[in-house]
Amino acid sequence: MEATIENIALKHQANLEVFSQTLQTLAEHDRDIIVVTSDSRGSGKLVPFGQKFPDQIVEVGIAEQNLVGVSAGLASAGKKVFAVSPACFLTARALEQIKNDVAYSDNPVKLIGISAGVSYGALGSTHHSLHDFAVLRTINNLLIVAPADNFETEQAIRLAAEADFPVYLRFGKKVMELLSEDEKTFEFGKGRIVREGADLTIIATGETVAPALQAAEKLEKESGLSATVVSMHTIKPLDYNLLDEIALSGKPILTVEEHSIYGGLGEACASYLLQAGHRNAFKIIAIPDEYTVTGSQQEIFTHYGISEAGIAATAHKLCQG
Amino acid sequence: MSEKELARKSVEYRRKILKYIYQAKAGHTGGSLSCIDILNVLYNHVLNVDSADFSSPDRDRYIQSKGHTVEALYVVLASKGFFPESDLETLCTYQSHYIGHPTRKVRGVEQNTGALGHGLSLSVGTAIAGKLDKKDYRVFTLLGDGELPEGSNWEAALSAAHYKLDNLCAIIDKNSLQISGATSDVCNTDPVDAKFEAFGWAVRHVDGHDFEQLKAAFDAIPFEKGKPSLVIAHTIKGKGVSYMESQLKWHHGVPSEEQYSDALQELGVAEESLA
Repeated sequence: MEATIENIALKHQANLEVFSQTLQTLAEHDRDIIVVTSDSRGSGKLVPFGQKFPDQIVEVGIAEQNLVGVSAGLASAGKKVFAVSPACFLTARALEQIKNDVAYSDNPVKLIGISAGVSYGALGSTHHSLHDFAVLRTINNLLIVAPADNFETEQAIRLAAEADFPVYLRFGKKVMELLSEDEKTFEFGKGRIVREGADLTIIATGETVAPALQAAEKLEKESGLSATVVSMHTIKPLDYNLLDEIALSGKPILTVEEHSIYGGLGEACASYLLQAGHRNAFKIIAIPDEYTVTGSQQEIFTHYGISEAGIAATAHKLCQG
Repeated sequence: MSEKELARKSVEYRRKILKYIYQAKAGHTGGSLSCIDILNVLYNHVLNVDSADFSSPDRDRYIQSKGHTVEALYVVLASKGFFPESDLETLCTYQSHYIGHPTRKVRGVEQNTGALGHGLSLSVGTAIAGKLDKKDYRVFTLLGDGELPEGSNWEAALSAAHYKLDNLCAIIDKNSLQISGATSDVCNTDPVDAKFEAFGWAVRHVDGHDFEQLKAAFDAIPFEKGKPSLVIAHTIKGKGVSYMESQLKWHHGVPSEEQYSDALQELGVAEESLA
């Protein structure tokens, strides 16, 4: 599945804003686009959508199980449904509905986990979703995507709207820079190389791709190490072909994600690489298995080394063996 | 279909439910027998569904929230021509599509259910879609009284009233027993009528084995314009086989050869009385 870029005027906004604007663009020409919210239209940046398309937004109140069940019912009747709720609640409280009503019943709902990872910062662990990749990866018939920038977000929403299968899309709240100026194509299941290098590869996803790129610049400047950086937006199905290409260089591989060290991008990559016979030096940067430190998203990132300096330091060490 | 024809049909359905549970050595016997008269009336009197045109966007929808009584659903769907009845010989066997809870791999099944507390939300979504598309189809869902403590039911009940879904009809198969005992002892949900009424539903009680009452109730939906309808069907778990009736062990008990033979004999007598 491939999309070509249609509107790259979207820049330097939170991916959530781009999500909302893209949905509005699509809804203007498609009455079947339906947004379902659980008192989440404000946090989902969907107030303008609701004002413009009052007949295309279904509000269920703070009731995530019902959000997903109702969305599945709507999808079964032919609607193109975007079920929008904070990722922490959507993928934990409504997990059984995701598993049964969406994935198992094959109702092509687009599950939109907003303010994902540690986007809510100091609001604490109730509001963090560091489990979503892990739990959702084990559910058959569910595509898992974490767009890194505005371009990937816009493309992912356009593709998701037309997909006849269930998709989980995960967004943060942070304003994102475009990763590169020559962004042209986006495909589910195909990682994007956003920087070419010769000494190691950093595979990141979602909002950690940006600090991974910054770290690559820092490494080059300070250590003379040139890193390839991949935006692995699709966590499942993982781009095994790209992983093979990367691994065949024999160079170290570092993964970065805004998720638990368990069950996310890093472990998915490690599992594939090991079973495919690759033996590259390998390291996962993610949130460790502990009570998450209190702080803003940026402070939490910095604390756990998901930052320009942190990623660069880990990469440097990995390259030294 | 007349009440007498429906009654004959139910004897035939009960015989088949027991046959396939006996053969598979698995199944939810008591609940299948408590809800079969409801399914009989739905599929032979109420629902606008056609096995030759099941994908029609205008069809009525039936979503079985109490998925565990799938044997009742499979038997009715087979009789309506959705698949050859001989398929049921494979019920719960290796690589069969006919698993122990409803699955869309079986033609005629609307949604995969089995985990409790899911059918009502699915039905609410489908009913909202019908309203948005200005379609005339109606959505029916069968809930067990034992599944009512699932909180998701009450989330869905709120939404159904909020969206004034008078194209939605929920039916409670109120057989008053669940796997651990009497529903009133496990987690009392009565007065369930007052609860749903307070949530904004229009409610009617029927004898869930009385075809005239079932037909009259379904013919009257929506009970009130602008409100979802609830039919509380008072039923007997294991109905039709005297030694199973209201006996907890038949929740998912499987009859022995002798018990199966006794049940068939009893159903034969019932059939003769309808001749």
